[in-house]
Parts: sequence; structure tokens; C-alpha cells
Amino acid sequence: MNAILQTQKLTHIYSAGTPFERVALDAVDFTAYRGEYLGIIGHTGSGKSTLIQHFNGLLRPASGQVLFEGRDIWASKEHTRTVRFQVGLVFQYPEYQLFEETVYRDIAFGPKNMRLDGKEIDRRVRKAAEFVGLKPDVLDKSPFELSGGQKRRVAIAGVIAMEPKVLVLDEPTAGLDPVGVSSILSNIHDYHVANNATVILVSHSMEEVARSVDRLVVVSDALIPLEGTPEYVFSHDAELKSMGLSVPQITRVFHHLREMGVNIDPSVYTIGQAKAVILAALGRKGAV
Amino acid sequence: MSKAIIKTENLSFSYTAADGISPVVLNGVDLEIQQGSFVAVLGHNGSGKSTLAKHMNAILLPTGGKVWVDGMDTADTARLLDVRSTVGMVFQNPDNQIVANVVEEDVAFAPENLGIPPQEIRSRVDEALKLVGMYEFREHAPHLLSGGQKQRIAIAGVIAMRPRCVVLDEPTAMLDPIGRSEVLRTIRLLNQQQGVTVVLITHHMDEAAQADRLVVMTKGRIFADGPPKEVFQDVEGLRAVGLAVPETVELLYELRREGLDVPLSAISDAECAGALKALLQSSPAPERI
Repeated sequence: MNAILQTQKLTHIYSAGTPFERVALDAVDFTAYRGEYLGIIGHTGSGKSTLIQHFNGLLRPASGQVLFEGRDIWASKEHTRTVRFQVGLVFQYPEYQLFEETVYRDIAFGPKNMRLDGKEIDRRVRKAAEFVGLKPDVLDKSPFELSGGQKRRVAIAGVIAMEPKVLVLDEPTAGLDPVGVSSILSNIHDYHVANNATVILVSHSMEEVARSVDRLVVVSDALIPLEGTPEYVFSHDAELKSMGLSVPQITRVFHHLREMGVNIDPSVYTIGQAKAVILAALGRKGAV
Repeated sequence: MSKAIIKTENLSFSYTAADGISPVVLNGVDLEIQQGSFVAVLGHNGSGKSTLAKHMNAILLPTGGKVWVDGMDTADTARLLDVRSTVGMVFQNPDNQIVANVVEEDVAFAPENLGIPPQEIRSRVDEALKLVGMYEFREHAPHLLSGGQKQRIAIAGVIAMRPRCVVLDEPTAMLDPIGRSEVLRTIRLLNQQQGVTVVLITHHMDEAAQADRLVVMTKGRIFADGPPKEVFQDVEGLRAVGLAVPETVELLYELRREGLDVPLSAISDAECAGALKALLQSSPAPERI
């Protein structure tokens, strides 16, 4: 796998030189690989939002580097600008950032800034709307007439329309109901597959990352103390707890089972896996 | 049964839109919330659950039917202050609820407005901040705190008014797992130790599972009402109204579909593990359908 986005010894300090000075990132080495679906978890205030704001140059490192395709994103003004189109960032509650008169114009804002021609902008707006499940007749409406869930889709489409190689989403499902959550996650997955795009999903829901990502990065106290497959990360129950995180509910159930003296594989983090493990255990037993 | 602190009678509500079309958000809701209970309200986006919450302390007034808070009609403007000091509200976004530049001043804001003596305010503020675990941050600036910390400050601000009922509208939507469990622990503490009635509007099935009673809303009506253990057994019905069940119930449901005999009522982690243990140790393995 080759790296698309990296940080090297990235340090960021808030309110430097004041009594509230706080190191938000402390010499962090982070790598996202081309085409992977990566999850970032960390408790509130762990530094994860600070980290992702460095990915497209919204924040400037106090020291260390951010590399996109091997090149420092701050190498030149022009390069920083290019990176901002290649690394798309969807903030928390992005629906509060809509501002245009129509949904179409709001989604077209990014591509327009890229100075694409009208035809290409139109293609991208329609394609992006399709990715997030917005019907064509919504495009002419005012974004402010839409429901919260639909507004969120418009905001995500606005970033997708730039066709970024790396799509970073900060809690894109916060506040949505279970059906809304599934639908947004599957939209993101579609974009990931269709464009072979790298997706970085920041989430507070262990259940959500467990069923979405290939790899997990844990941010805690300005560092990355743990990373790997969900299976590997979720096997570190005690460490996760000490970092203010947890494992998916179904994993907790299997840890309980182990504590009750049942000999069963506890490295389960989705319902599908749990069901398979239980059925296998029953099958074995039936065969004896 | 203890007496109802909140009662809605055929409650209906529609917003008045500029184009003259008034979408009906609540459509004949009859609900009684008993003093001292812990009630969770679940519902998909747009189900009317937040609108219902806003009727509980007269932020919104019914366009049809009645809402009674401790026997007071919320439409009676003379009783507005009494209604609002009986039922306190906590909203989803703490940034919209914090008014002062120092944490303890923010928590003191409401009691000051109620004209409580300074000594008493001091003790209420300290107590409220300790309860939410933010006492050591009392002299900090709220805007420098994290979302989770700010939310706990907002809860402290409501607690400091000593309301008999607290309505929380998705208070944990933005919090991490520890922040969520801290807020939940705070809510349970309020309910069990202080006897405060709690109405928790939430999207999190595991939070709803901790309440004494679960009310499920859809399309402005009550779809289900009962103890979480009973309500969550209707897996298909809940899915049909855009909701899910806790992962524990989902696994048990999947196993039942395989013809295995497990109870859907094992909601908590420990109960579910117990049910799975019993299943694994029952022999021989049941035949598959």
C-alpha cells in the first residue's frame, strides 16, 4: 500500500504563550493509504479534530510536516490550494454551513472555485447529488426548505463534488436516526468504491466504525497510541477504556461470555460475526 | 401510581409556514409522565419528539389539545414562570445554551434570575458542578472547553434551578462514549438520588434501554409505550418506523430467526451474555429450521 496523506512529527499548540496553552498534537506520525477506508476514534478533546484540520491546511503545524502524495502541503501557496481540492473535509454539523439560494448552487460552490467549466460543474453537481441520494428536483429548492438530514446530504455533496482523492468526514452521522445513519454510511461507501477514494471517518460510535472501516487509528492525549484493524484495536479493551473509549456493544457481550467461563472467540465486533461464532460453536457442539 | 407531573391531552401542533401550508408535527398525543420516573422518548428524525419536548415547558404551545405541568395549563401565561421553574430543558447543542464567560457564572445565571440569595446560589452552583464532574473547571472559560464538557455545564445550569423535572433533547448526540456515559450517569443520579423526573429524548438505543419507560414516536403520534424490554421486542415494527434495537437484541433476534430459543428481553450486556451462555450450554443443539 502506498501512502497518500502523512504527518511527520506533527505538533500543534493552542493559545501558545498564554496561561491556557495546550499541546493538542505532540509529534504525531500519521499515515492514510491510497484507497483505504480509515476510521479515527478518540475522546472529546483528544486532538482528533485538530489532526484532521491539518490534513488540508486549515491549521498550520507548530512544527513537523503534513505530506500529500509525498509533498509538504505548505511547500507553496499554489500547492496548498491544490491540496484543499484534493483533500475534502466535511465538518461536524455541516448543514449549518449552507448559504446559497439553491441546493444546486451550494453544491456547485467548490467546483466553481476550482475554475472548472460550466459543463463539468454541472456533471459534478448531478453526480454528487446522486451519491448522497438527493433527487434531481431537490436541486432547485432552497437548502433552507429541507429537513436536517437532507441539508446534511447537500453539505456532503458539496465536498464530494470537488471529487477529492481523500474524503475526511467529522462525525457525519451525529444526530441522525438509525435509518439516516445507514443511508449516509452507504453513500460514503459508494463514493469510496466508485472513485477508489481514501475515506477518513471520524466517529464517536464504536459500532459505526466497526461496521465501516478497514483500519482504525486511535487518538488520545495528543498522541496515536494504537492503530490497526478493528479486530486488533477492539481486542485492547482495557487500554481503550483508559483512553475514554470503548468497544462495540456486541464485543462487550462476548467479553462477558468469556468472563462467565464460556470458551468462545471474543474477537467479534459486528452482529454478523457474532452470529457466525455462536452458530459455529453450536455446530461443533452438535457434532460431538 | 404517583401523580403525573406532565400530562398531554390530545396534543396537536402544526407550524405556520409562510406559504400558508401548515405541516402537522404532533397529531393527538396523549401522554402522562409520572412524578419521579425516567422516561426515554425515541423516534426517527422528524417524528415530532423534539416538538413534544418543547411543549413540556411551554417553549411551544399546543395548536390543539392541552399540556399540563404539575396541574398548570402551559397556555396560561400567568403561570409561565412556575411552569419553567418546574421543568428545566437541556438542548442538543451546548454552544446555544452557554451565556457567561466563566463556567460558574454560567451555572449561576438561572438561579440569579430566580432571585435566590447569593449564599444559596454559591452552594447550588458548587453542588451542580460537582454533580456533573466539572467543579475543577469552575473558573475556566466555557468556549475553551470541549463539547462534552460544555454540555455538562449546560446540565449544571439547569440543575442549579432545582427543577422537579428535567427534559433533555438529545444531550449526548455530540459526545464521545465516556462523555455519554458520564451524562447518562448524571441523569440517573438526578433521577434516583434527587428524585427528579427525567425525560430523555435520544437516538441511542442503549440509552433508551436504561430508562424505566420508553415512548416511541412516529409521524407525530405515539407508536409504542412501555418498559424498554417489551418495546424492543418488536424488532420489525421498530425497523419499519426507521429505528433500530440495541445490538444485544439484534443478535438475539438474528439467532431466533435461525430457529434458536433465546429471549429478546435480554437487553443489557450481562443479560445477553447470560442468554447466550444458556444457549451454548443447552444440549443437544436445537435443530435448525
